[in-house]
Formats: sequence, structure tokens, C-alpha cells
Amino acid sequence: MYRYDQYDQAIVDARVAEFKEQVGRRLRNEITEDQFKPLRLMNGLYLQLHAYMLRVAIPYGTLSGTQMRMLAHIARKYDRDYGHFTTRQNIQYNWIKLEQFSDLLDDLSKVEMHAFQTSGNCIRNISSDQFAGAAADELADPRPYAELLRQWSTLHPEFSFLPRKFKIAVIASDTDRAAIQLHDIGLQLRKNDAGDLGFRVYVGGGMGRTPIIGKIVRDFIPVGQFLSYSEGILRVYNRYGRRDNIYKARIKILVTELGIEEFTRQVEAEWAQLEPLGLDAPQAEYDRIIAQFSDPEYDLTATDTLDLSDPDFAMWVAQNVHAHKQPGYAIATISLKPKRGIPGDASSAQIDVIADLAEKYAHDEIRVTHSQNLVLAHVRKADLYALWQALDAADLATPNLDLVTDIIVCPGMDYCTLANARSIPIAQNIAAKFENNVAEQRDIGELKIKVSGCINGCGHHHAGHIGILGVDKKGEEAYQLLLGGSGAEDASLAKILGPGLDENGIVAAVDKLIAFYRTARSAPEERFLDTYRRLGPAPFKEAVYG
Amino acid sequence: MPRILTGNRLETGDVLWWNGSDWSTQIKDAVALGEEGDALVARLVAEERINDPVLVDVTGEPGAYVPTTTRERVRASGPSVRADLARGSLSTEVI
Repeated sequence: MYRYDQYDQAIVDARVAEFKEQVGRRLRNEITEDQFKPLRLMNGLYLQLHAYMLRVAIPYGTLSGTQMRMLAHIARKYDRDYGHFTTRQNIQYNWIKLEQFSDLLDDLSKVEMHAFQTSGNCIRNISSDQFAGAAADELADPRPYAELLRQWSTLHPEFSFLPRKFKIAVIASDTDRAAIQLHDIGLQLRKNDAGDLGFRVYVGGGMGRTPIIGKIVRDFIPVGQFLSYSEGILRVYNRYGRRDNIYKARIKILVTELGIEEFTRQVEAEWAQLEPLGLDAPQAEYDRIIAQFSDPEYDLTATDTLDLSDPDFAMWVAQNVHAHKQPGYAIATISLKPKRGIPGDASSAQIDVIADLAEKYAHDEIRVTHSQNLVLAHVRKADLYALWQALDAADLATPNLDLVTDIIVCPGMDYCTLANARSIPIAQNIAAKFENNVAEQRDIGELKIKVSGCINGCGHHHAGHIGILGVDKKGEEAYQLLLGGSGAEDASLAKILGPGLDENGIVAAVDKLIAFYRTARSAPEERFLDTYRRLGPAPFKEAVYG
Repeated sequence: MPRILTGNRLETGDVLWWNGSDWSTQIKDAVALGEEGDALVARLVAEERINDPVLVDVTGEPGAYVPTTTRERVRASGPSVRADLARGSLSTEVI
């Protein structure tokens, strides 16, 4: 994985020193909260319902064991002994004290980590495929390109005050595990007819108040020119994106208002000016970064033999383990959705356990997924049983990946100042009906439930097979029910099924939807989403409201 | 309807309630304020030591005030999904 060079570290050290001074000035009352707020937000520090919340950047969701152990240390020393992994592959801490913040930043910077650009109207953490470098179906590891984007976008002076936040995702396979069509820019690595590597470029996707699926602005840009092309997109957006209305300030609105043809014309014209300026990285820099993402030293004697005589282990393998490109290896997903748990939360002790296991069994790498789980991407099959036993002992071996209890959920009104309703209890109450019966969950099959506590959609409800949106109904918590969304390569936006429901009603409604689906599916293999797409909303609506 | 004063401490982010002479981390200590509450908020905003000072509507009696909105009840009791982090003087049951 990528290691900082002296420039990366110098940039982080300088920014940390700058923000520490700004924190000191605020604590000494030398600047007002109105002056301080945009500064702290640009450094990932929010004020939430109960305390300050810090969002730490995890570039493309990749961590070393040392970095993971530091995250546990932060939770233990500066927070309340836990952290929350987010849908942007980052981690959040909910109980941070401003007076301790400078020491915290120093600790983070020791392991090449920081929190800047995790909030504010700038280019946010670059996200990617959690199976990058290990998946059998990818053309190449997408992370070197994500790393180039990270370096390009970090403190980019022209793009530090965009009309609104900006999110970029990069993948390298036809299977989309990063929801690229729901990003401001989505990049898919592919080959042209000549066999050259380049990107298909999607632009203007997003969830939130106005959900839109991204459109293709260019079907192929050579990898050697994708940075200048991205700069062209950002320049058009920065110049013409609406700054007069926060609800219309995202690039998706600009693309919609201009139309993709006119937007493309403007980007191409801008890029024609930019490309000759030599903004793209030289080949030597590509080579330097790609080399840091080279394959680990695989055990070439590793075998594919796996003893599945332990039924609990066999269940975990069937649900949470994926094929690896290297014979004798596998990709293991660690579920952060245990029984009665809070999706995405992990205690400092659990984070330490995962760091240890990554170092022992997974070539010292951990990935955070946008589904709020963790991945060990390079595990010898011969080590899977020992890994599973250690995970199970730490309550980290729930075999529920992509099943009904693997629910994406935002912090909701239990923590967030923006929320209209709580979202975590809804996820817990839905999961409670199924979590003691894994066989039933597996019979239901792939079902992606996503819960947001407000219209901003941090819980990705518009991309849920079943989406739930918390709303305020005359001072009471209420929930809208949406069906038919997908953040995968078959991207679609969930639509509202019917009137809002209360807390008990929404949980019962999901139960009814699942019961109906099990009677209506054409075959056990037909997913909930496919049954919905085949039948349309009417029978599902009848099942809930009839 | 009674109103009580709340905000977050600048240095720690802690949720606070005004007890008549100082700040408390427990809502049971809060006192209801009349028109003097608005003047107090104006003063606190100018002092810049308490973030987001605001008067919130409550029901109930002194020593047992309960905010009328879910948001403020969550602030007063702690996250409803973490009983171990509850603030103590207001049960998460009221959320």
C-alpha cells in the first residue's frame, strides 16, 4: 500500500500545525465561532448533538495494521472507546473534546493520517472497491489512480471552495462495489479496442435531496490524461455550479440544467485548453505509485483445500468469503453488523484485534467498505479457519454479508444535528426479526436495506433494495418506505411506495415486504430487487398497505 | 410553556443546561426562564464560550423537565442505542 513521501508528510504536518494554531485561537476567544466553524469543518470536526464529532480520512478505505491500531488508540484515549466506520470508507468519533484536539491530530499524523477534506465544500475522500488488488474480475488495481486523485485533490487551491462538496469513486471491474454512478465523478477503468487502459467517466450522480444517476461524459480517457480531464470537469463545475442555492449547488444539478451534451461540450473545451499544459503526472510518477500497490508476496505453495466440516465456519465462508485472483487465497469480509449491534461501530478492543489479524493473516492490510464492513483482502485459505475463530471470539464473525441484517445506516438522530429521526433503532429492530436464523436470511438472499435519518441520505436510502428515510411529521419521527434502488452496476433509484409510517409500522412493513417477496419470487435464486423489477410496485404496495 | 436554556461547552462540546447561576450537565438541574432567558442567550452569544445557546420548550415540573422535541430529548438523555452512555437524569425511555 502507499506510503507517504517527504512531500505528503510535509503537507500534513504543515496543515496540522496551521489548524492547531486555529484551535488555540478559538479556545483563547481570539476568533468567533462563526469564523472558526468553516475552519474546523475543513478539518473534519463537527459539533453534533452530544459533543464534537471527528471524521478521519481513510483514503480509498485502505489501512495498515499500524494505522488501524492508532484508530483504536484514538477511540480509547480521546473518545468513548469506540469508532463508527462510515459509508464513505472513513471513521467517525462521536465524543471528541476540542481542548484535546491538537494532541489527537499529532497522534494521527504519526501514522500518515489526518482529517482534512472530510467535510466542507471540497473534494472529499476518494473511495474505491474494497476488493481492489484482490478481485479476480478487475483489469488492474484501481487504487494507484485513486491515490493520484488524492494527491491532486489534497489542498488543491482552486478547488478548496467549490459550490458544494464533491465525491469521486474509482473502480476497475464491471462489478461495481463502490456505487460509482452515484458519485459526482465515477471512474471505471477499462480497455479500448487497442488494449490501452483508460477510464469511462460518469458525472453528476448522487443521492441526497435530488437523487440522480450519473451520466457518461466520456467513454474513454487514457489513464495518462485522466487527471487533467478531471480538472476540466471541476473547472466547469467551479465556474458555473450554483452558489446561490445550497440545494441546487451540486454538480448533478448543473449537469441536469445544462444537459449532458452541453456539459460535455464545455468540459471538452476546457480540457482542450488544459491538456497541453502538462498537468498530468509523468509516467515515472505513475510507475512509482503503481509499484507501491504491487501484489504482496504470495505463498505460491498455498492450496485451495478448505476443511468445511465445522458448520458455523462453513456458513461464514459461504457468506463472507469471496474468490481471490491468486490460487490458494481468499477475500474475507468482517461484518460490523452483529446481533443487536450498531452498524459500522467497533470497539477499540475489536479494532486492535482486527489490526493484529491483518498483520498475522492478511499481509498487513485492512479495507473499509461503503457498506460499513471491513475486509481482509489477502488471506491464505489455509488460514481462514484460524482467522474465523479469532474473529468469532471478538464478535466479528457474523455470517450476514449482503443479507437482510447487513443494513447500512447513518448515525441518525441518536447523534446527528441534521437528522429528523433516529435510524439505528430501525435497523436494529428490522435485524432483530432475522438475526437468530442465518438459514432464513440466506433463504431470503441478497437484500440491501439502507436507512437514512434525513434527506441528506448518508444511509444511501435511494440505493437500497429497500430504502427507509426518516422524516419529521409534526414533531414526531416518521419513516418513508422506498423500493427498487441499487448502487451496483445496475444502478437505479428507489421510489417511495406509499404513505409514511411510524417506528413500529416501518419495521412491520419490511416484514410484510419480505414475506410477500418469498411467495412471489419466480425461483429461490431471484433476488428481492429482481422480483420488484419484474412485478413493479403495485403488489408490494398491496402487501404493505392493502 | 416553560423554556429552559441549553448549549454546548466550547472546550469539550458537552451538552449543558442553565441551573440559574451556572451550567450543569444534567437536565434535572435546569431552571425555567422567562423573558430574561432571551437576554441571557444574547449575552452568551456575544461571549462566545457556549456554542449554540438556545431556549427549548419543555413540559413537566422543576427537577423533571422533559423537552417537547425528540431532538432535545436525545440531547438530554444520550443516544437511545447506547444505554451505557446515558446521561442519567433523563431516561432514554422518554425519547
